[in-house]
Formats: sequence, C-alpha cells, structure tokens
Amino acid sequence: MFLIGERINGMFKDVAKAIKEKDKSVIQGLALKQISCKANALDVNVGPASSNPKEAMEWLVKTIKEVTDISLAIDTTKQDVMELGLSLCKSKPIINSVNANEEKMNSLFSLAKKYNASIIGLTMDKAGIPKDSEGRMELAMKIVASCVEYGIDTNELYLDAVILPVNVAQSHAKEVLKTIRDSKMLADPAPKTVLGLSNVSQGSSAEYKSLINRTFLTMAIANGLDAAILDVTDKELMDSLITAELLMEKQLYCDSYLEAYRKK
Amino acid sequence: MERLIEKWQDKISEVVIGAKKPIKIGGETGIYFIDGEDKCPNPPVVAMEVWDMEPESWPEVLKSNFGNALKDPGEWAKLCVDKFSADLICLRLASTHPDSKNTSSEEAGKTLEKILKAVSVPLIVIGGLSPEKDNEVMAHCANAAKGENCLFGIATQDNYKTLTAACLSAGHSIISEAPIDINIAKQLNILICDMQFPADKIVIHHATGALGYGLEYTYSIMERTRLAGLSGDKMLSMPMISFVGQEAWRAKEAKTGAKDTGVLWEIATATAYLNSGADILVMNHPKAVSEVKKAINNFTN
Repeated sequence: MFLIGERINGMFKDVAKAIKEKDKSVIQGLALKQISCKANALDVNVGPASSNPKEAMEWLVKTIKEVTDISLAIDTTKQDVMELGLSLCKSKPIINSVNANEEKMNSLFSLAKKYNASIIGLTMDKAGIPKDSEGRMELAMKIVASCVEYGIDTNELYLDAVILPVNVAQSHAKEVLKTIRDSKMLADPAPKTVLGLSNVSQGSSAEYKSLINRTFLTMAIANGLDAAILDVTDKELMDSLITAELLMEKQLYCDSYLEAYRKK
Repeated sequence: MERLIEKWQDKISEVVIGAKKPIKIGGETGIYFIDGEDKCPNPPVVAMEVWDMEPESWPEVLKSNFGNALKDPGEWAKLCVDKFSADLICLRLASTHPDSKNTSSEEAGKTLEKILKAVSVPLIVIGGLSPEKDNEVMAHCANAAKGENCLFGIATQDNYKTLTAACLSAGHSIISEAPIDINIAKQLNILICDMQFPADKIVIHHATGALGYGLEYTYSIMERTRLAGLSGDKMLSMPMISFVGQEAWRAKEAKTGAKDTGVLWEIATATAYLNSGADILVMNHPKAVSEVKKAINNFTN
C-alpha cells in the first residue's frame, strides 16, 4: 500500500508555527519521522491561514528537500502554488488534488503532464460531494476521461472517493467503500484509489479518532484501497494496516509479520 | 502476439562466499532462464560433497568415482576441484554425530583446515546433523576458519542462535533452513537478522526433495520464495541452496536401479531445482555434476 504522510500540513499548530518562524528543524523532523514510519510520500500543505502561500510552499519544499528526496504530494487548491511546488520537486511529485470541475481538470492535468506527476482526483465538483456511490462514480468517470484525454496513464491517477466525517455524514462511509470497489472497472490499467483517511474522524471525540481511522482503513483495504493519506506515526493504525494487508495476502505470513513489514 | 515481460520491483541479495577465490551468488532481478526477463548476473554454481569419513550409505556406483580419496578429505576435495571442476566444496562433518564416530570438535576443525589448505575454492561446511553436537562443532570450526568467508549450516528455527553468533563473529555466511514452510523460513530469517546478522549473508534452504520424493512440493515453495523476494519481501530475497546429491542418492531407484539411474536421478532433480531458482546445487556424482554444469552453461548463454 502506498502511504502518504499527512503531518506536514499548516492545519497542525506545530507546522503553522514552524512556517511562521521559519523553524526548519520541526519540518525536517516531521519528514524524517514519517519516513521512518514507512511513508512512501509526504503531503505538503501550507494550511489555510498562511498569509503568503507561495512563499510558504517554497520554503516547505526546499526545507524538506534538504533532508530527503522522497516524493512529495503538493496539497493546495491554488494553481500558482501548485505549479511552484511541483517545479521544486526532486522526485516524481503527486498533485493533491484535482476534482471533476472542467477548468480544474484542464489546468491540473496539463501540470501533471508537464511535471510527470501522479494525480489525486477527488470525486466532487462545484455542486459538492455526491451523497451516494453512483454520484461519485459519475464524477470519477469524468476524471478518468480527462486523464486519458491528456495522455496520462490511468494508473497514475489516484481516485479519492472523499470520506466525510462520520459524526456529520454517517451514511457516506459505505458509499465510499462501494466507490473504491467499483473504481477499478473504470479503465485498464485500473485507476488507483486513495483516501484522505483522517477526515473520517474529524470532529469526533479525540479518544476515538484513532479507533475510527483504523477501523475504516481496514474496511477500505478489504475493498481494495491502494493508497492513503494518513498519520503514519499512529502505531495502532499502522499495525491494523499491516494486519489488514496480511489478511488480503499482500504479504506472506510469519509470526513477526509486523516487524517484517517495518523492515522492508 | 506481444510478449509480456514481468518487471520485478526488487532483487535477490548477492552473497559472496570464499576468500581466496570468492564467488558471488544471487543478485537476480528476474526469474532464471526466462528469455527476455532473466537478469541473473551470477549463474548458479555446483558444489561437491566431501565427507570427513568414508560415506557408508553411498552405493558403490557413487563411491567408485573417488577411489582412495574417500579416506582423505583433502585429496577428495582436490579431486573434486581439479578433476571434476566443482565450483565449491561442501564439507560434511558426518563423523561428528554421536551415533557415528562422535569425532571431537578439534578433529573436525583439523579436517576443515586440511581442506582449506588443499583447495582454494569457497567452502560450505555442514555438521553431522545432531543439533546439540553441531552447536559445539560448528562454533569451533567457524572460529578455525575465521576470515575464510565460508557458508555454514544449518540454522533451524529451534537451533539458530549458536551458529548465528559463531558466523557473525568469524565473518561467515549462514544457511537458514525451514522444512518446506515458507512462513517459518521468513520468520527464521527475521530471527537471524534480529541478532544483527546481515541479511546479505543468508542463504535459504527449504529442505530438498528428490525426484519422486517431494520434488514438486519443494519446487513450488522455492518458486514462491523467489517470487516473494523479487516482489520486495526483504526477508525472503536471499539466494537458495539445494542439497541435491544427498537426496537423489537416498532414493531407492538411484541405489538399486541400472548403472546410470542414480546419475540420471541426480541430474533430473538438479535441473528441476535450477528452474525453481536454486543458486547453489550441492551434488555427488561427477558425471551428474558435469552434465548439470553443461546445462547451466546452455541455459545462461
């Protein structure tokens, strides 16, 4: 499973503070910690409160690049910040994210082509997030069609069925799982599937966040999830992930299978 | 029709054995002998068995190839290298078993030194297969051959600590064996690595079944191991060894059949294991050795 570490995001107070004070050690520490917890890529988001997102993105990417050349998922809704972030990446970047809006798809798939980037496609558009799997699949189809139109391999596309917080949109979880299952039929090679996992427990009691996250992740893996943006430093979450993958026969069993995964 | 060539994400580790004339095994980035796919920088090698005593269990048709050399391990080893072109020698310290001659560790060490003097090819060293006695003998022998970078066996799930520690301190490689159980094989490699033993000094043995005696079973486990290793499972991405001679000549057909049956039995078993990904074949009969080396040459060139 492809793991994108979520921690370098200005929504977190420590990151917002580090960006403001230009404290490299916090960012570099988070980067290395997530890599040691088996992240395959790191999400980079300057956060909503940033006064100068371009400058903040440049500083973040350059700061991370000083300690690692791991792939970065440039996470922004602003076109100019996205292009700047992509242009600074050393390893194959990931665009986080496009959605099914026509203009968005035009501009971001061009960027994906230009920077040889993978791209995360959210199954939402101007009207918002569909309430059921059928609606999500319709948007997924539009995104896949646009991907093909721009000559990008469909397996470079990560479809994100957008999970909403369970405390406000309980009926969505099972629709997301169905979308993950059905997305595989949209193209050959099949598009990959991804989840911004922590959203499922957004607003829930702190005591249960990790439990909700790992339970949903396990269910998603059982439905064929390929990638997730998640907190790789959450040990119980990672143990559940490794065990779910084991049960899906992605790894050969041995008594020390948790250790074996972490040795990879 | 378009041929689909599999692209593997990982490679098998490269293990170097020997000091004077070291050889490399492993390093594959594909399956052996598949045209267009196999990238095997180090072709499989053949080791010949030399015992520290005349092997009573061997049939005459096998013994007769070595004559009086069977009584002198140094001469025997030289014969295997000089005349029969063995790539390595596999010293089997059979006489150390308490039910055999119960030879002491010191004597076993002397035999090992004798062979190290007699030949410059790399050595594989196996005990008498009595777990307790082997711990004693192997610890002594590993030390006696310090710096020679031999391949020592055999570590099992129930008995790996002494041998691992001995190999670690004397700089040897190790054979980890799980009897046709891929899950235990992986577990054992983790346990060995937990002792700070480098993964690129481990060679896997899944037990060997001769033709007609479980060959298909071992074959499929070896194939699965290789596929797992190439797919990124670091704890299974080691080269593999097969003790072909020992098993082929245990078959009743080999012992009691027509003159060449044993040789053919050994060749058939060996070539099957070549295809399942074996990197070292330990063999007995010179004619079988020469035929299998020819086959390796044909397959790889």
